[in-house]
Amino acid sequence: MHSLLSRLRYAGVGVAVLLSGCNMEVLTPKGDIGAHEKSLILIALGLMAIVAIPVIAMTLWFPWRYRSGNKKAAYAPNWSHSTRIELVVWTIPAIIIVILAAITWTSSHALDPYKPLQSEAKPVTVQVVSMDWKWLFVYPEYGVASVNELAFPVDRPVNFQITSDSVMNAFFIPQLGSQIYAMAGMETKLHLIAREPGSYDGLSTNFSGEGFSDMHFKAIATSEDGFKDWIAKARATQATLDGESYKTLAQPSQKAPVSYYGQVTSGLFASVVNKHMGDMSHGEMPMDSHHDISQADMPMDMHHHEDGDAVSSNTTPTQAEK
Amino acid sequence: MGSTAVRVAHGALDDVHGGGVDHHHHDDGSKTLLGFWIYLMSDCLIFSGLFATFAVLANSTAGGPTGKELFELPYVLGETMLLLVSSVTFGMAMLNMHAGRKGRLLAWLAVTFVFGAGFIGMEVYEFAKLVHEGAGPSTSAFLSSYFTLVGTHGLHVTCGLIWLVVMMDMVRRHGLDDANRRRLSCLSLFWHFLDIVWICVFTFVYLRGAI
Amino acid sequence: MFGKLTLDAIPYHEPIVMGTLAAVILGGIAMFAVVTKYRLWGYLWKEWFTSVDHKKIGIMYIIVALVMLLRGFSDAIMMRLQQAMAASDAAGYLPPHHFDQVFTAHGVIMIFFVAMPFITGLMNLVVPLQIGARDVAYPFLNSLSFWLFVSGVVLVMVSLFVGDFAATGWLAYPPLSGIKYSPTVGVDYYIWSLQLSGLGTTLSGINFIVTIMKMRAPGMKLMQMPVFTWTSLVTNILIVAAFPILTVTLALLTADRYLDMHFFTNELGGNAMMYVNMIWIWGHPEVYILILPCFGAYSEIVATFSRKPLFGYKSMVYATSCIGVLSFVVWLHHFFTMGSGANVNAFFGITTMIISVPTGAKLFNWLFTMFRGRVEYNVPMLWTVGFMVTFVIGGVTGVLLAVPGADFVLHNSVFLIAHFHNVIIGGVVFGVFAAINYWFPKAFGFRLNEFWGKASFWCWLVGFWLAFAPLYVLGLKGMTRRMNHYANPDWQPYLIVAALGAAVIAVGIFCTLVQFYVSIRDRKKLTDPSGDPWGGRTLEWSISSPAPFYNFATLPQVRELDQFWEDKQNGVAYVQPAKYEDIHMPRNTGVGVVMGAFGTVLGFALVWHIWWMAAAGLVGMVAAFIVRAYDRDIDYWVPAAEVEKIERSRHARLQQVQTTQVAPVAAPQRQKVA
Repeated sequence: MHSLLSRLRYAGVGVAVLLSGCNMEVLTPKGDIGAHEKSLILIALGLMAIVAIPVIAMTLWFPWRYRSGNKKAAYAPNWSHSTRIELVVWTIPAIIIVILAAITWTSSHALDPYKPLQSEAKPVTVQVVSMDWKWLFVYPEYGVASVNELAFPVDRPVNFQITSDSVMNAFFIPQLGSQIYAMAGMETKLHLIAREPGSYDGLSTNFSGEGFSDMHFKAIATSEDGFKDWIAKARATQATLDGESYKTLAQPSQKAPVSYYGQVTSGLFASVVNKHMGDMSHGEMPMDSHHDISQADMPMDMHHHEDGDAVSSNTTPTQAEK
Repeated sequence: MGSTAVRVAHGALDDVHGGGVDHHHHDDGSKTLLGFWIYLMSDCLIFSGLFATFAVLANSTAGGPTGKELFELPYVLGETMLLLVSSVTFGMAMLNMHAGRKGRLLAWLAVTFVFGAGFIGMEVYEFAKLVHEGAGPSTSAFLSSYFTLVGTHGLHVTCGLIWLVVMMDMVRRHGLDDANRRRLSCLSLFWHFLDIVWICVFTFVYLRGAI
Repeated sequence: MFGKLTLDAIPYHEPIVMGTLAAVILGGIAMFAVVTKYRLWGYLWKEWFTSVDHKKIGIMYIIVALVMLLRGFSDAIMMRLQQAMAASDAAGYLPPHHFDQVFTAHGVIMIFFVAMPFITGLMNLVVPLQIGARDVAYPFLNSLSFWLFVSGVVLVMVSLFVGDFAATGWLAYPPLSGIKYSPTVGVDYYIWSLQLSGLGTTLSGINFIVTIMKMRAPGMKLMQMPVFTWTSLVTNILIVAAFPILTVTLALLTADRYLDMHFFTNELGGNAMMYVNMIWIWGHPEVYILILPCFGAYSEIVATFSRKPLFGYKSMVYATSCIGVLSFVVWLHHFFTMGSGANVNAFFGITTMIISVPTGAKLFNWLFTMFRGRVEYNVPMLWTVGFMVTFVIGGVTGVLLAVPGADFVLHNSVFLIAHFHNVIIGGVVFGVFAAINYWFPKAFGFRLNEFWGKASFWCWLVGFWLAFAPLYVLGLKGMTRRMNHYANPDWQPYLIVAALGAAVIAVGIFCTLVQFYVSIRDRKKLTDPSGDPWGGRTLEWSISSPAPFYNFATLPQVRELDQFWEDKQNGVAYVQPAKYEDIHMPRNTGVGVVMGAFGTVLGFALVWHIWWMAAAGLVGMVAAFIVRAYDRDIDYWVPAAEVEKIERSRHARLQQVQTTQVAPVAAPQRQKVA
């Protein structure tokens, strides 16, 4: 079974190579999740090719072979049923779908964006807020924040906690893998890891209005030292992200330049989430007021928060990790 | 295309052929009833959508009042009784229709109208009171879904009342002909359908909310 | 007095819009003048607008759809041009405000005002003829459905010139479509045009279910219905089951926007995810509503032009029904990336894949219909073979997107755009053109020109692949949909090729228009005197072309599938009855037009918050309906003598054909299986 799949994978690679000689970001992943998803795409394509290629061949061959001008071809003007053929055309696709369904089931669990990655290395937490029309990244462990630029060390899992302070967006770094929606009053999660240093394109993939096209950012995967430097650079910035400066930042703006905040009020992310939760109608900023949110109050939260609390991780003190 | 003249010329023959030689196109009512059932199913889906929405948002009170604080069960029970009784009176009307008693049919329809109008009156009063208390539809998602679900039902009953008036007038003018019988059967289905929907509203919105 | 409506609502400063407006006004005046000059108003009103004849209503649906195809396609050209230009963050020629409306309008128009009326029009034209009925179950309701649909069309078109259209994407996800983030009237135009036309669609869904269930020719069992009728039945069941959900969803969005409610807002407990769920509970069945009748049309065409019965009729019917049922349990695959959890995602992914099994069976059935047949390469057949090849690729990418893990990197990318255009153009549009070429003679009495039909097909096929193959690649390069401009210069060459593809499709559309023109010009030469130009198998080919207004002089007796084919084989196809009978027919009525007009007024008034006008529109609609209910003079009898006269002349023509030629189309003699 496994060898069959890997062979299929190679078949799929062949198709992909044929498709283009150029660099396809999704098919040149730089992290584990992306790599897994790439092979999933190729295996699925390979499996489907088992049926699709013969069907296309037959679609071209049959009408040509049995064209009305070709009197040499057999003609069976009343033939319209064959249990044997019916059995084959229902069974073979069904078998392939069963195999694909098994792959789907296991891969959906393996690639669940909410599942923390297994790794020896200590994960980095990044809280992501989509705004009109820019991305805010908060590093609760380091007490810094950045706009439209994201950095993290390679080979260390990054735990993203994602929300929106406006309409729906989706957070996506194509070369690292999975995307996930950013929605107001909700926290979604995404776990990624980069295996190669580099500066990768990130973007919103869910249309969010006028400034949507410029809602992209750079995701910088770097060495431990590079990451430390980046944090230091951010921390050296005078600006502080508190209730007031947050309000200013949250105003709609387009093509917002990369900027950093050397200090961030603790619990900022939680208060952004809370602000839009129906039950916390009085959850306007002040930033540091902590609300306790019980599972029942979550508006139709389809998520499986193992911790039962959407904002638990925000209580992490913003102590600098020197 | 030249058939218009033909059609106009033969309009006069309609009455001559009243006997229905061609049952294929002469509706015996079964077509209409089937269509009306299908319509009711689609309407049922509209209510399912609203019930589902209510179920999702029932707890999203946004710090505002809850159902328990707002609903007065005895009052709603009164509304419910009005509507249930109106279904019974409609049933009486239909019995008289089948018996061919036009006068009694009209009388029962009138009684049904009174009960239906009473129900709508009570509902309007209830809504006004809630809005007055500061629990209007824009207070919270819960109240939005409450007003929309109950209000949609009320809107249906109002349409039913208009239909009822029109039917009473039609019966008065044309008597109990095929078309009127067919339409009264549809209206009867509609009325009982709204009754069933209301029972669901009473159970899932009011009873569940008040407990 | 006029609510939010002021003169500022007209976008004077936008040259593209104003140019279009000028063209529309000039074109309108010209058309008005021509119709007046040739005194056609009376004819149009009496014979078309007030008609309750399903065939004419069907033709009107298709004409409106063709006009709207031009509108929706010009939106597509504008988008392709913008994206071909706006590389490296260049601004292009369309500012976001305009571009966002264009892609929203493109999606809305193509689905609701092109694909839907094409499908509804075809069902109107064909289904009653295939089941041997003289009209649909509720002819007036049918006319009303059409005019409600037209009022939706009018609203969408008005939005171009007065105010703006939604800039939210074709499904108008909140909170973006809420009043806070979309304060203009754009979303309101969206809502009311869809509500009006959606009401029409639901009514015709009910109408066709009853027609098919209750009005089949004597003896025709369900399992003897032509496949197109079967697919229509399933489609109409889907319509009745899905459209109410759309109505509710849009109504709740309306409540949010008009009454300050909080269903989908960010505030006070609103829940936007609920909207996304609800709209897709309608939205996924919707794509099957569009594709199933096309599958039906392909089935008829393949059988006819392979000169064989459809292979595996029963499995075709079961496959259609399976697809219908499954279409309701897959909606979540449109948003795997919402974070629903692995079990939920995997469940919906697998249900989606399962649909590919019955769909695949259909493809095989068409293949084995051609197998050992005598395949003729007519225009409808070309579209069918082109569809089969194209659709397989669309199916493969569809199943790929159904794998949640793969969707996590492909969702909302232009790969997805390429996929659904692959199935909607390759499936629905190809199917509609195949069907139009196939059934055109039955509607008008002459065939369509072959040369221009073939030219159109090749342009569409080549243009489609040129336009969308680059998008598949771009999706894998991480390009997302709905971008006004982009930073990555690598993408530009692909987008230029895609724009060229769109231009080739434009040539294809032009060829279609030429095809109509040339065919009307040469209608004498292309005439179809026999009523059976292709050697058809089903009942619609047994009557004259164009079909007489009563369809069938005597109701056919059905004992088996493809009854007309059997009758031809047995030489009893054109036997005249000893005696004709009076035929009962519905009378034309203008109430549908009047209600549609009031509906337009209502919708427009609601968009602009002109409450008195809205009240007038609503009262007008209800009053017109009640007045109609009082009208007892709604039908009439066509006397037997008149029927006889029409049928005699038809049979005389038929005789002529049969003496000059051997047969309309040489039907092969019965022979043993080779």
